[in-house]
Amino acid sequence: MTCRDNKDLMMAYLDGELDDKQTKMLQEHLAQCTQCSKELEEFKSLKSMTDNIVLSEPEDQVWQRYWDNVYNRVERGIGWMLMSMAGVCLAVFGGFKMVECIVTDPSVSLFLKVALLVMILGLSILLISIMRERLYFWKHDRYRHVRR
Amino acid sequence: MNSILDNSIPVEWSLVDDTKEAFETFVKAHMKKAYFVALGLVGNHDDALELSQEAFSKAYQHRRSLNAQGKFYPWFYQILRNLCISHLRKRKHRRTLPMDMPDGQTLDVPSSPGFEPDAIAERNETKDLVWKAIGALEPKHREVIILRHFQNLSYEEMAQLLFCNKGTVTSRLYYARKRLKEVLEQEKGGQPV
Ligand SMILES: [Zn+2]
Repeated sequence: MTCRDNKDLMMAYLDGELDDKQTKMLQEHLAQCTQCSKELEEFKSLKSMTDNIVLSEPEDQVWQRYWDNVYNRVERGIGWMLMSMAGVCLAVFGGFKMVECIVTDPSVSLFLKVALLVMILGLSILLISIMRERLYFWKHDRYRHVRR
Repeated sequence: MNSILDNSIPVEWSLVDDTKEAFETFVKAHMKKAYFVALGLVGNHDDALELSQEAFSKAYQHRRSLNAQGKFYPWFYQILRNLCISHLRKRKHRRTLPMDMPDGQTLDVPSSPGFEPDAIAERNETKDLVWKAIGALEPKHREVIILRHFQNLSYEEMAQLLFCNKGTVTSRLYYARKRLKEVLEQEKGGQPV
């Protein structure tokens, strides 16, 4: 038994997680190790100080309105999602129409048409790159700890 | 029934009974727990309220990603704590640090910005000090202190929430308390706790 082994026993002892056998093991070590006994006393006082803290209870109104607020949030989330989906569709459609108009317009110079197409190409590369990065983060970071 | 790891209500809610009423029952059953976890992590009422409500909304959006064997509360808890921790990270970046400390002045261990003293009830000097010290812990350590002391969870329950084993919970608690002790000693100007 090293002192380090006793640190874990100490925590479990403080939190009432030890069985009789482990308690005995700890007590035997404490009897012969003043350093660990001193540390345990300090941890005891720290624990009682921490246990004394009680978080403030918010006003009843908070609980009464809580569900409505959550519901509004969900609803708003759905609203935003639909709106942004429609927005993207409209923008893509509108953009496509506009480009079509310019490209098929004989009065617009070839130079402008090529420049426009190159710009669209650049924009698509940027977009794909950002989406790939997002996807990577979504897979690796956001729900890293969530087991499904 | 009241156990924090009770799965019966939520699994019904998310997979079988996917109605507004079932979700409402679920939110009302867990709102206090969620709020107080968030309050412990971010340290003030407004953010705790906002983040816990956001966690419920996110859980609802992602409810299909939980399978029937999945433990519900740990799954929800991860959404909640990830939201709180990324909020803390953002807040930290926004904070301006005093760069020039005059010579000889010791730097107080700072609490996370946003940690407010009135988040605790029946305040006194000691409680304020301890709360401030909890606010100065890194989130991983603060989390175990909150779960153990404010949520009153057993090691087994904590292990399930944190997706680790009891040994990890025990040693994390040890380092968290050791750090808490150090911060308190610094606050008290070197006196032992
Ligand atoms: Zn020892």
